[in-house]
Amino acid sequence: MQLATEHQQHRSLKLMAIGTLAGLFSGLFGVGGGSVIVPLLVLWLGYDERSATATSLAAIVFIAGFAAAVQGLYGNVHLLDALLIGVPAVVGVLIGAWLQQRLQARSIALLFAALLVASAIELILS
Amino acid sequence: MIGAIVIGLAAGVVAGLLGVGGGVLFVPGLVLFLGLDQHHAEATSLLAIVPVAIVGTYRHDRYGNVRRADALTLGVLSVAGAAGGVALANALSGVVLRYAFAALMMVVAAQLVHRALASSTSADLGVEDAVAEHDEVD
Repeated sequence: MQLATEHQQHRSLKLMAIGTLAGLFSGLFGVGGGSVIVPLLVLWLGYDERSATATSLAAIVFIAGFAAAVQGLYGNVHLLDALLIGVPAVVGVLIGAWLQQRLQARSIALLFAALLVASAIELILS
Repeated sequence: MIGAIVIGLAAGVVAGLLGVGGGVLFVPGLVLFLGLDQHHAEATSLLAIVPVAIVGTYRHDRYGNVRRADALTLGVLSVAGAAGGVALANALSGVVLRYAFAALMMVVAAQLVHRALASSTSADLGVEDAVAEHDEVD
């Protein structure tokens, strides 16, 4: 019984650590934080990849929501742009998931990695 | 306005295709195509992520993959971190923040390459494949 309680406390501590790290990452970079949450759920809490991804997405609703609200207090959020990007992105994600089964995702991943690097260089130079 | 819609759609397609998050695409899109500064782009990206994550959660939840109690705990316990991260971002200059973000993009690119080379089949690539595979069963 005491072991079970201790185990539960450990779990809560781990979730708190992951939440805090993901929040920091999300707030600092303007991203969801999935790249922090997913591997930590797998490593620390024994999640499989699929549950980790799904649970991470659900957590991101809160994390990105909180971080956006705080950014709103700084007056940094462009509400219209966010909607104009976010809503079509939902459609885009569904198209992307559909395409994934019909395309060679591997070569696309490599192409896209190159695009990311090019954009990163553009960001640095701009 | 059209520009924002095109960026959102394109970023969404890539995110769904490769399983990378929306933010790593929204932020450079907002900076490079809509001319937002780094701080405003990050802030706006955060809000744009919310509808994408809601729909993604809904799709995964239908297959019972969302561990709701843990997700809620993670979400609620992230508040302090999120506030700290935003405060840190706003304390940094735009240039430093942009360089840090560029470094993050490089890391994501490296992860993509690593995954692409490590996986023998395209099915291992995307995070979305969890959903895609289930869709086939449907």
